[in-house]
Amino acid sequence: MAERTARIASASGLHARPAKIFVEAVTATGVPVTIAVPGGPELNAASILSLMGLGAGHGTEVVLRTEGDDADRVLDELVTLLETDLDAA
Amino acid sequence: MSEVPGSVDAAQPPTTITGVGVSPGRVIGPVRRMAEPVAAPAESEQRDPGRSADDEKARLAGAVDSVVAELGRRAEHAAPDAAAVLSTTAMMAADPTLTAQAGTLIDDGASAERAIWQAAGAIASQLEELGGYMAERVTDVLDVRSRTVAELRGLPAPGVPDSDTPYVLVAVDLAPADTATLRPDLVLALVTSDGGPQSHTAIIARAAGLPAVVAARGADALVDGTEVAVDGGTGTITAPPSEADRAGVVRWQQQQLAQQSFTGDATLSDGTPVELLANVGGGADATAAAEAGAAGVGLFRTEFSFLGSDHEPSVDEQYAQYRPVFDAFAGRKVVVRTLDAGADKPLPFVTDTDEPNPALGVRGFRTTLSSPEVLVHQLEAIARAAADSEAHVRVMAPMISTPAEAERFATVCREAGLETAGVMVEVPSAALSAPAILRRVDFLSIGTNDLTQYTMAADRQLGALSGLNDPWQHAVLRLVAETARAGAERPESVGGPAPVGVCGEAAADPALAVVLLGLGVTSLSMTARALPRVATVLRTVSADDCRRLAALALDSEDAEAARAAVRAELPVLEELGL
Repeated sequence: MAERTARIASASGLHARPAKIFVEAVTATGVPVTIAVPGGPELNAASILSLMGLGAGHGTEVVLRTEGDDADRVLDELVTLLETDLDAA
Repeated sequence: MSEVPGSVDAAQPPTTITGVGVSPGRVIGPVRRMAEPVAAPAESEQRDPGRSADDEKARLAGAVDSVVAELGRRAEHAAPDAAAVLSTTAMMAADPTLTAQAGTLIDDGASAERAIWQAAGAIASQLEELGGYMAERVTDVLDVRSRTVAELRGLPAPGVPDSDTPYVLVAVDLAPADTATLRPDLVLALVTSDGGPQSHTAIIARAAGLPAVVAARGADALVDGTEVAVDGGTGTITAPPSEADRAGVVRWQQQQLAQQSFTGDATLSDGTPVELLANVGGGADATAAAEAGAAGVGLFRTEFSFLGSDHEPSVDEQYAQYRPVFDAFAGRKVVVRTLDAGADKPLPFVTDTDEPNPALGVRGFRTTLSSPEVLVHQLEAIARAAADSEAHVRVMAPMISTPAEAERFATVCREAGLETAGVMVEVPSAALSAPAILRRVDFLSIGTNDLTQYTMAADRQLGALSGLNDPWQHAVLRLVAETARAGAERPESVGGPAPVGVCGEAAADPALAVVLLGLGVTSLSMTARALPRVATVLRTVSADDCRRLAALALDSEDAEAARAAVRAELPVLEELGL
């Protein structure tokens, strides 16, 4: 089990456009990844509806978890994405 | 079946359906019906006992695949912005959390239809509770749900039909979201069986110059592909079209060409000048209105720059929205209406969506009770954009009910450095208090849509009440007359006569425009497309005629009689097909 904490950089939070880009990236990893706000339930990170339901605004901390041989590389990639302002892209 | 223009099917007697004509124009084309909204599957709807849970999940997956494919196909043909929205919607349709939750319900025995309906409904409520931007995405989740259920039932997808050829759109009523996806190059006319003269359908049709008939009860019986003639002036739909209808379409097209010669020169037949202004929502509108010959802007609806935003735009962002409108009317008048949020235009950062009765709630100027800073910032942006441009900028507040509110508005305007402030008259109390209000502000502008709704206590969206929701109603005309008189009779001690304009949809009705001038209204502001036809009709009447026809209208006890009495005196309307 690998785990990383990331801070949402997109100006308006993890809403439709940044959420869509993130879901595409999670889906592309081919492994199950969960996302949670501290103390909250672990949700499927490949679900745009779950991400939107997190209500994670700009600056919110989220915890990503996954398993497998490649877990560290996968999470590093996803953290980089979350810490990029996808609204500005 | 092939359509032969001019052919008459002897087996099919012509039928005429009558509604309310809300946007003039005559066209002929085939009917395309808007698919009915998808009905909720019953809470008790179980899956067919012959199918296993896995079969039922496979059925759902197949429907989801079709919905995703269809949205993807539409995204390919859409503009970049719309394509991004469509592909996000497709992602929601195939969302793993949604399908997993629906799968659990199927395991418990629910049908695929019921399972997806309930699972998506639960997610939609969660998003709604988050408020703000996420709450606005609720519509997308519910749209995905309707599409999937329609697919499972083998019904057409809800919404505006996909078509590559021009058609007459027939619907029960159109929501703002539907009207946003209309392709003006494909839609020839709008016909709704519900909806009133001030419904979204009517407003969008007038702005787009599309002929439209609303509250056409019999329209529900029209089937796809039937060729119909639509007359948005008289409010009739005829199937099949007669020779007279075909001639009428040609005549209408010729008149449209002739009217394009309008250059902004608006006078009555006796040479009295008339101030004809445009209603605009932003820079593109304003440029088009200036080209269409508007003498200025009588209503700049600023909320269009705010809608779709979950936070208050910065002063700089607002400045950038206002400046192009002012620049399009350098040297001329631009009346800016401050933010009119609430009721049918909720904004997450100023309005409360839980009000039981939003039309009577915290809307318009009343939002300054809870968020006074939003108005202060907006006035700052307007004042800055006005100072940097050549336009004569004035501001007015929406939904004013008392002289005290008018005074509060005038005070914040002065503090922002804006010299000329006015208020809208949309609430009957404001019309009746007009003399006192005019001791606090410099001008009035009558919003006939809301004034009619509040005077008659009739929701402007309800087709069943379209007879009540009519600006020709006696009480509405009386209030307009009172308000105009207050302007004309303002004492010299407080500045002398004050302008009283009309900026509601009523000003775009050429017959009513004549009456409004006769009642003493000093300017008419309307969708730019209506300027040529209103100017054409006004050129045929003198100031005395206007007063005489206004008296005729006021003498009528109901809207129908008033309209009929005035139209009978204006034969030019018939000649122009208005």
